Order: sequence, then structure tokens, then C-alpha cells
Amino acid sequence: MLTVSALTRSELGARLQQAGIHLQTGAFITCLQTSIPSVVDGIGLLYADYPLLENTDFADFHIRLTRPRGIRRWFKPQVTFMYDGMSLFKPLPLDQAFPMFEWGLNWCVSSRANRYLIIHAAVVEKDGYAAILPAPPGSGKSTLCAALVSQGWRLFSDELALIRTIDGRLVPLPRPISLKNGSIDIIRRYAPQAILSRAVSDTTKGTVAHLKVPADSIARAEEVARPAWVIFPKYEADAAPRLEPIPRARSFMRVAENAFNYSLLGASGFDALASIIDASLSYQFTYSKLDDAIEIFSKLKPLA
Amino acid sequence: MTPQPLVLQAFRQPERLATLSLADWDLLLRQAGSANLLASICALLDEAGLLERVPPQAREHLEWARAHAERHIQAVHWEVTQIQKALEKIEAPVILLKGAAYVKASLPPSRGRLFSDIDIMIPKALLGEVEAALMMHGWAATHHDAYDQRYYRTWMHELPPMQHIKRLSMIDVHHAILPETAAVRPDPEKLRAAARQINGYDDLSVFAPVDMVLHSAVHLFYDGELDHGLRDLIDIHGLLAHFSDLPSFWGDLVKRAQELELTRPLFYALRYSVQLLHTPIPEATMVAAQIGKPNSFLLKLMDQLFGRALLPTHASCSDWLTGTARGMLYIRANWLRMPPFLLARHLFHKAVFSPKTK
Repeated sequence: MLTVSALTRSELGARLQQAGIHLQTGAFITCLQTSIPSVVDGIGLLYADYPLLENTDFADFHIRLTRPRGIRRWFKPQVTFMYDGMSLFKPLPLDQAFPMFEWGLNWCVSSRANRYLIIHAAVVEKDGYAAILPAPPGSGKSTLCAALVSQGWRLFSDELALIRTIDGRLVPLPRPISLKNGSIDIIRRYAPQAILSRAVSDTTKGTVAHLKVPADSIARAEEVARPAWVIFPKYEADAAPRLEPIPRARSFMRVAENAFNYSLLGASGFDALASIIDASLSYQFTYSKLDDAIEIFSKLKPLA
Repeated sequence: MTPQPLVLQAFRQPERLATLSLADWDLLLRQAGSANLLASICALLDEAGLLERVPPQAREHLEWARAHAERHIQAVHWEVTQIQKALEKIEAPVILLKGAAYVKASLPPSRGRLFSDIDIMIPKALLGEVEAALMMHGWAATHHDAYDQRYYRTWMHELPPMQHIKRLSMIDVHHAILPETAAVRPDPEKLRAAARQINGYDDLSVFAPVDMVLHSAVHLFYDGELDHGLRDLIDIHGLLAHFSDLPSFWGDLVKRAQELELTRPLFYALRYSVQLLHTPIPEATMVAAQIGKPNSFLLKLMDQLFGRALLPTHASCSDWLTGTARGMLYIRANWLRMPPFLLARHLFHKAVFSPKTK
């Protein structure tokens, strides 16, 4: 299978500028077109191992990142995210072009892919069992997810848990992990071999950098998994690690609160979520050190 | 002009959808997406029993849209129930308009149609009571600017749109189908007298079939916002096909248009429905509808304008004149709403004073 890494930087830049590339991420094909150098760099660095589809005439999402016209172009350059020719978000400073691609692509999936119950959660898998980590921003979800992935867990997603409504299985959507502020240095120290994109400061989420996904997670993007654990992580400075079981009903409601399309899916959303909760053990997890977290995750046992 | 967009072909001959290539599907989904018609295409294929023959990649998108549309229909039923509860005590005779009417009366345009507001019509004398009752039940005014309030209350045919503070759903309360300031003002009492109760409800009605088509035509051809132009034309296409079998429907249609002074919008509706969607309409009706035909210069202009503005807002359906056509039709719609002096005053106010209060 041809991957992005088969192209040199200048070939990639030329293709992105002309017809665009068809990039496969999990179950979705994105046609991306741009001439913005930082996006070309980001794709070249973080998407090197992703399938590059040639001779295909279909894409799920048609995305273009462009620089809006006008005099701002010269003193405060900006970037616009175009979904099939329509600009749906306010332009951002040009420096944020690559993060904007990532956020925009998340939006494409979370606002459309209604064959899945979509939860704002990280998902990692080991031995066929998946852990869902739903949490609001600031809970340390992405940091924990990055650490787990560096220690052999397979990445499904750090943002979007896709639960197939027909059978309640989790479907991978491995994409670069978004790290914010302090987590960037924490992960640099914790996993020195990790590849990160250039940190971009002053975004609405603070400073962000994206972490490259291990090749194995990308290669196995078609392997679904059954849910085994629903774990609500919470980083608390200096706290001793605590893994506390929580009642299913409470877990259900908290996951529903973090869902993008729970109410849109109606009965099938309820059934999908119920099947996840029934098949899983639910925990509240408080931690301060990543080593403790890895240790505790390695001892998780699925429901018998 | 651009070649006939695939999305038009889909509504003309749904059976041909089974033969499209994957590249065609890529383009069709994009055109339909930009016109908010994905779920309608899904419904079309479903009825023709052709969904199985759609390539899986494309079908996936149709299923995504279907989930959205199903939820939408459920929400409309719920919303209408809430409105009924709010108005229960004042016993206002409520007529549902447009999208909500299609859903509650199970008419073909309801399948896969997405819309954002519920529109109702009530007698003008009850506006105050209805507004108060809705406010008691959680709906609040959205336009707080004094000028906007006056614009709606003095000149328009509806209250300022109201939004429910918890569910965020919108309701437009109308007392007529065209503004008080428009040159043509079909008598709401005539529409009300002909309205039909919805099966199973004693407090909800919809317009009679001919009136429903005429209202749809008025809305599309007298309204400046053509972002949903194609969807609204497809509504008319679907209504015409559905009512086609009713005895005397075609004969009554033009007669009623004359009675309500709506022969011009009816003429446009039939003309563009046939031109763009190949709607089967009896020859006699097309001939009779000529009574609403504008002079040939105006007609040529309108063909150019509507021929562009009724297409999806997608690059593949646009040419260098599309933006101009939409702009001109927007001005036309405002022109039809108000006499020139009032319009000039309104636009002046909007340009000079309104920005400061935002």
C-alpha cells in the first residue's frame, strides 16, 4: 500500500497544491488541498505512514486550507478551513493552519458520521479489549492516552470514540494526538523517541503540538475491538493513584454527556451506549504520575 | 450555463441513480450536501428500492443523513406537541405551515427534509394572546432591537421569531402569508376557511392542497433567501406529484391563484419545476397558468436569475453570474415586500443605525 512517505517533500507539496491528495484515516477518506507550507510539513511529518490513495474518485470529506484574500494577507496572515468550497469557521492566524486541519477534520467526522455513536473520548486497545477514556478538556486525557500508546497500547483515537451502532464495536480512527501546554514537555520527557509537530502557541486551547501515531496503530486501523473499560481520568497534582469503580448508571450518564450525537441517534444511540456500559467495567481514575497510570492500566482485567 | 447538475437528474429519474459511477456519487453527494438534500436522496432511493445498489462508500453518507432526518422528524412531532400544549387554553385555531405541515400531514416533501423553524398561522386578532401563551411556556423573543420589533409588528406578516429558552427551537407565528406592506396580500381568512384538519387532531390544520402549493410558491418566489431554493422547489415538485390524483386539483390550482392574486408565483413555480425537475403537469394547466406570465423581457431575465439561484450553492453548479443572480433576487424580494419609499427607509436604517446597536 502506498503511503504518504513515498513522496518527497516537494512532490507532496506539489500534489497538495494541485489536485490534492486522498488520505485514508481509519474508515474515512479525505481529499486535502492546500499550498500552505506548515500544513504540507505537518502532513509530511505526522501522516507519513497513512495510506495515500491513487486513482480514486471518491472522498468522504473535501477539505481545502487557504489564505483568505485581502490586505490582512500582508500584515496578519490568516488561514480558512473550506469544507467543499464553504467556509464554516472563522479564519485563524496562519500559524495555526495545521492544528486547524486537525480540528476541522474532527468536526467533519463528529458532525456527520451518524452510523456511529460518537463520544468525546480517547480510546486505546490491548489484546482485543478497548478502554474508553471520556473526559472534558483539561482532565489529562490526551496526555494519558499518549503515554499509554508509547507503552504498547494501540491507539484508536485521542478525541473521538466511534461506536458502531449495529454491533457496539469500537472502530479505530487513529490520528495524531493533540497535546496542550504542559503536556507537550511531559510527553517529550516521558517518551523521548516520540515525534511531535512544531508547537503552535496562542491558540484557543493554548499551545498545541501533535504527536505522531505509531505505525502499527495506523496499519491495524481496520481491526475493531470490543469495549472492556470505561475510565474517567483525572489528573490531580501529587495525588496517589486511585482506581475507583463507579456505578453503571452514573457511568452511562457521564458518557452520554460527552457524546456528540447521543440525542440525535435516539433509540439506537441509547442501545449502543447501553451495550458499551453493559460490556465494560467503569472506573474513576485519579493520578499524578504517568508511570503509576501505566502500571495500573497494565493490570486491568476485562469483565469475565 | 453549467451542464445539468447530477442532483437535478436524481430527482427527475431516481431509477438512474443505480447506474452512477463512484465519481458521479462523489459529485452528487457534494451537490446534495450543499443543498441540504442528502436525506431526501436517501428517501428517494429507499422508495424506489434502490438503496442496495448504491456503492457502499456513498450509501454510508446517505445513512448518516437518514439518521439526522429521522431524529428531525421526531423533534418536529415533539415540538408541535409542545406548541399545542402552550396554546391549549386559548383555543387558537392553529394552521401549520411548510415543513411542520408536511411532517404532520405525512406529505411526501417531509421525507428527508431538514428545516430549522416551525411556522404556524393564527388569526391576527389572537396574535397578542398567542404570543403571551408562548412566552408563558418558555418561548422568548429573539429580536430585542426596537426597530426590529417595529419592522415585524407593523410591517411584516409575522411576529419577530421566538426561540424556546431550553430547547432552543424556533417558532415563527404568522397571521398572513405575505407582509402587510406587500402589493399583493392574499386574504388569510380565505386560506383559513379552506384549511383541512389533520387526521387525529381537532386543534391543528394545514392548508388545502391548492393553497399549500400556492404558499410554497409564494415563499420561494417572493422570498430573498434562496439558500434553500432547490429544496423548496423540490417541495413543490413533490406536492404537485402527490396531489396530482386528486379530482379537480389541476383545475382548481389556477382558479385559486387568480382568486388570491398569486398567478405570478404560481407561473414561476410550475415553469421552474418543469424546467429543472421535469414535473409532470397537464398541458391545460400549463396553458392556464400563462395568465401569470410576465412580459417576455422580464421572463428572459427571470430565467437567467432563477436558472442559477435555484441550483445548489456548490462550485460545480455555479458560473460567474451565480453570485450576481442571487444578489439581484434578494433585492427583488425586498422590493416585493415593501413600497419603494418604505424599503429605502428600511435599508437606510439597517445600514446606518442597526450596526451600532449590535
